[in-house]
Amino acid sequence: MLLRAAWRRAAVAVTAAPGPKPAAPTRGLRLRVGDHAPQSAVPADTAAAPEAGPVLRPLYMDVQATTPLDPRVLDAMLPYLINYYGNPHSRTHAYGWESEAAMERARQQVASLIGADPREIIFTSGATESNNIAIKELEAAIQPDTSLVSVMTVNNEIGVKQPIAEIGRICSSRKVYFHTDAAQAVGKIPLDVNDMKIDLMSISGHKIYGPKGVGAIYIRRRPRVRVEALQSGGGQERGMRSGTVPTPLVVGLGAACEVAQQEMEYDHKRISKLSERLIQNIMKSLPDVVMNGDPEHHYPGCINLSFAYVEGESLLMALKDVALSSGSACTSASLEPSYVLRAIGTDEDLAHSSIRFGIGRFTTEEEVDYTVEKCIQHVKRLREMSPLWEMVQDGIDLKSIKWTQH
Amino acid sequence: MAASSRAQVLDLYRAMLRESKRFSAYNYRTYAVRRIRDAFRENKNVKDPVEIQTLVNKAKRDLGIIRRQVAEQGTATRRKSGNSSRSLGKPCTSWP
Repeated sequence: MLLRAAWRRAAVAVTAAPGPKPAAPTRGLRLRVGDHAPQSAVPADTAAAPEAGPVLRPLYMDVQATTPLDPRVLDAMLPYLINYYGNPHSRTHAYGWESEAAMERARQQVASLIGADPREIIFTSGATESNNIAIKELEAAIQPDTSLVSVMTVNNEIGVKQPIAEIGRICSSRKVYFHTDAAQAVGKIPLDVNDMKIDLMSISGHKIYGPKGVGAIYIRRRPRVRVEALQSGGGQERGMRSGTVPTPLVVGLGAACEVAQQEMEYDHKRISKLSERLIQNIMKSLPDVVMNGDPEHHYPGCINLSFAYVEGESLLMALKDVALSSGSACTSASLEPSYVLRAIGTDEDLAHSSIRFGIGRFTTEEEVDYTVEKCIQHVKRLREMSPLWEMVQDGIDLKSIKWTQH
Repeated sequence: MAASSRAQVLDLYRAMLRESKRFSAYNYRTYAVRRIRDAFRENKNVKDPVEIQTLVNKAKRDLGIIRRQVAEQGTATRRKSGNSSRSLGKPCTSWP
């Protein structure tokens, strides 16, 4: 005990000593004290000793892909990963009882964020599983007049907010089920399943500063929405999703939802300000930049910009100090331009030049300023190299060019 | 317990800021410092002693969370695989 305390003191001295604190300008921003490389399968026995200085890692501006755990969430989860490891479905001993109590508490936290009853929340492995359960319902109810409307609440590529309340009203009046994938919206904009007449909702843990591998589906009880289980087994979660509920993960999801409810207004205000700052600063220094998505109905934390005459992938490569994306992570392996941009009628060439900037709870003003500075610098540099840009500068209308076939 | 005095609240504020600056991760560190400052500033004109006590209790809980997380994250980032094999000079043939 004494040894560990002494080791902790020594360790704190090592990490606290080097490196400037965030008060320093950009240099201090990238110098992450104590950020060591993660464990790798190949042991680094010939690599640098741990004290050889912190590893510089890029700024994280890709919150739509995933979010870091909020420390409050990790704190809530840890007991269930250490001592309170019971199976929540064990009925006969304290380990089971305390695990079940934690699971039900988490259920209440998720329900309260969206205005639902806890009995309407089923834990799943993520929003993808929840979406599959919801859509499968359509196949289960094969009457010709039954149908389902499924809409994303906030788009993950361009940040557009869908008019959920209006859609809900229409669906409810036509007796059509309404499902929404709220992965990017939960905890960020106010949602109420009753006000918006939502019948099914998918929730993802790792988009709201919770753990990966967990999510939930909201299934309305009044009027009852019937769903068919995707996986069968021991009948857990009211038979709708068999499999032991992972207590540490759902406790994390619950804690993330509770924190989100408390922080929603503060986060929204801050993120809106940072978003304004990013967009204004880029647009006033660079011509021919287009923001994709309706600016009126837009979630500020997801900014999708197209930089004309610059190829998106090359800009991403150039901005190697910043973790960004040119579309959704789910489609990032393919080289096709985003289906979302195509759907909103973006020109093919602009669709290829789009970058998505994500601003989240932990994003700082410094990170935004650094990103803006680097973005402006590299766009200018890439445009200098572009013959298309040269032609535009000379006043040639690119649309009038007849490209010859070779 | 008597309602928290101004001095106690300020002590708590200072303790929270001090502890937050020990986060090794840049984003957590900056968030904690910023959030604490903004929260105390936002509530500085609260007069109702019951409300003050509720806020102080929540702050104490959060201080506990910060302390635990600073310690936990400190050890997590120092954990490195292959430490034992490094001292043996032999490649590691199994997971640490």
